[in-house]
Amino acid sequence: MSAKKRFRFFSSDITFDAVNSVLLILVFLVVAYPLYYIVIASFSAPELVLNGRITLFPQGFQLDSYVRVFENPDILRGYWNSIMYTVVGTAINLLVTLPAAYAMSRSDLRGRTFFTLFFAFTMFFGGGLIPTFLVVQQLGLLNTFWVMVIPGALSVWNMLICRNFFQTNIPSELLEVSQMDGCTNRTFFIKVVLPLSKAIIAVMVLFYAVGHWNSFFNALIYLRDDALMPLQMVLRRLLVMAQPDPAMGADMMEDWVRMMMEVEMLRYALVVVASVPVLILYPFVQKHFVQGVMIGSIKG
Amino acid sequence: MGQITTTSKPAKSAAKVRSDWAMYLKGNWDLYLMLAPAVILIAIFAYWPMYGVVMAFQNFNPISGITGSPWVGLMHFERFFATPTAMRIITNTVVLSVQTLIFTFPAPILLALMLHYCVSRRFARVVQTATYFPFFIATVVLVGMMHIFFSPSVGMVNHAIEALGGQRQVFMADSVWFRPLYVGSRVWQGTGFGAIIFIAALAGVDPGLYEAATIDGASKWKRILHIDLPCIMPTIVIMLILSLGSIMSVGFEQVFLMQNARNTAVSEIIATYVYSMGLLEGRFSFAAAVGLFNSVVNFALLIIVNQISRKVSETSLW
Repeated sequence: MSAKKRFRFFSSDITFDAVNSVLLILVFLVVAYPLYYIVIASFSAPELVLNGRITLFPQGFQLDSYVRVFENPDILRGYWNSIMYTVVGTAINLLVTLPAAYAMSRSDLRGRTFFTLFFAFTMFFGGGLIPTFLVVQQLGLLNTFWVMVIPGALSVWNMLICRNFFQTNIPSELLEVSQMDGCTNRTFFIKVVLPLSKAIIAVMVLFYAVGHWNSFFNALIYLRDDALMPLQMVLRRLLVMAQPDPAMGADMMEDWVRMMMEVEMLRYALVVVASVPVLILYPFVQKHFVQGVMIGSIKG
Repeated sequence: MGQITTTSKPAKSAAKVRSDWAMYLKGNWDLYLMLAPAVILIAIFAYWPMYGVVMAFQNFNPISGITGSPWVGLMHFERFFATPTAMRIITNTVVLSVQTLIFTFPAPILLALMLHYCVSRRFARVVQTATYFPFFIATVVLVGMMHIFFSPSVGMVNHAIEALGGQRQVFMADSVWFRPLYVGSRVWQGTGFGAIIFIAALAGVDPGLYEAATIDGASKWKRILHIDLPCIMPTIVIMLILSLGSIMSVGFEQVFLMQNARNTAVSEIIATYVYSMGLLEGRFSFAAAVGLFNSVVNFALLIIVNQISRKVSETSLW
């Protein structure tokens, strides 16, 4: 067969490629532009932003918005609280998830089928919001630091991802050899398994940490005290709840407008500041997230 | 719970089995120690609430607890279904989630195919990286961004509408716009991330198939229809089962954040109703009943869909 015939080109393929490229460019713009806009708007003069003058480049450069964000005691406290919840919470997550996943990965674990059912069933059925709330209340966890890190300490899904990883990446010969040397399961786990599992540990840190940083549901349900509120709850007040009411009278409107200008000015900077931790992690995150999703999708 | 297996499994025969277990535990007790924290957490925060859900059949009062509260049978369920709200929030939940599914399910498959056939590898990578990013944005921030872009007075979308000679819209406080905005933002946030799994499935397609098809004169479009889609069908089916199974469980967070007095007619869903009845008004048993109804329907849906899929396509979750 001649090379010419082998790589035939179809006129319909040229149309296909053209349409596909245009669509991909559109997809890219629809996703990236709003994010880019928030960033340039946060550095621009508020009047210009609010009148819709900012489109491609920042204008009337200012850092005032950022200064105000960092002067706001609620935001600072929320930021600090969120960091604590993320760090402590992720540490607890790993301490619970990794050992359990390793035990579940061992085919010689007796009662393995039972434990698998025990864990997996909770992925598909639950008691619901109110009974869970009452359990947390009975345990005296309401409105404490710990309510943010203990009830969600194990994600069954994440544990199954880890289990799949251990099953496919830790050769059973390794265990046999170590056992002959008199190595116990726990030392084997700590000295052999963990050092071989850096990739999955990274994935878990990212899954859990991003989850903690972004979560606001537990805080909404279980926390009352302002001093304990994570950043997301502060953001909710400033970004979502402070909206001008179109039905409001004109006299009240004026005060509102002034106040809204202030809030409006903060908003863009706030979105950026709140996303910075994730943004810093992102290049690292996206590589590992992909890996994590792939490991998780292997049926086990 | 762990004890049930340890005592029930060796019930087969006598002392021999017991000593066999003793031997096993002697070398492997630490495996159970590693498992213990996870089992305890799940027992407390997943199974205890499942027991607690019997309060849906009681007039629960926190002082007497589950053991002391009077039983009322199905009263709360009957009450719930007797209210006009019941029909409305069930409809709202189903409509919102069906609409979301219709758009968020095919979108990642389309994106994956588009990226798979992108002429420039580098551009495909750029688009992929950009489209994952919204997945990492917190729901609060996402809704905040929607308020920014769709603000009636200062939002960019309204500036654009006005510039084109249209009428300004109060997007975020209008029941007409609630569903499109919700669905649109779900697509915006989730498509890139959802595509990962399909991109991987496409990467696994045997290149020999493409070669053979090209020789036979199949255009790219034909290749998608006859090679790519059949090859990734098992992945598509699994993802579809998962999404169909959760059709009654619209995520609470985003709906709750987008909800306001002007759009409750369409934005009140089962999850937000349970929250406001139970935690804001303190009607624990009633709210638990509504929640239980929701979980049972969900669970039943998942099982039905899984069974059907097992029969029809031989692909299933279990």
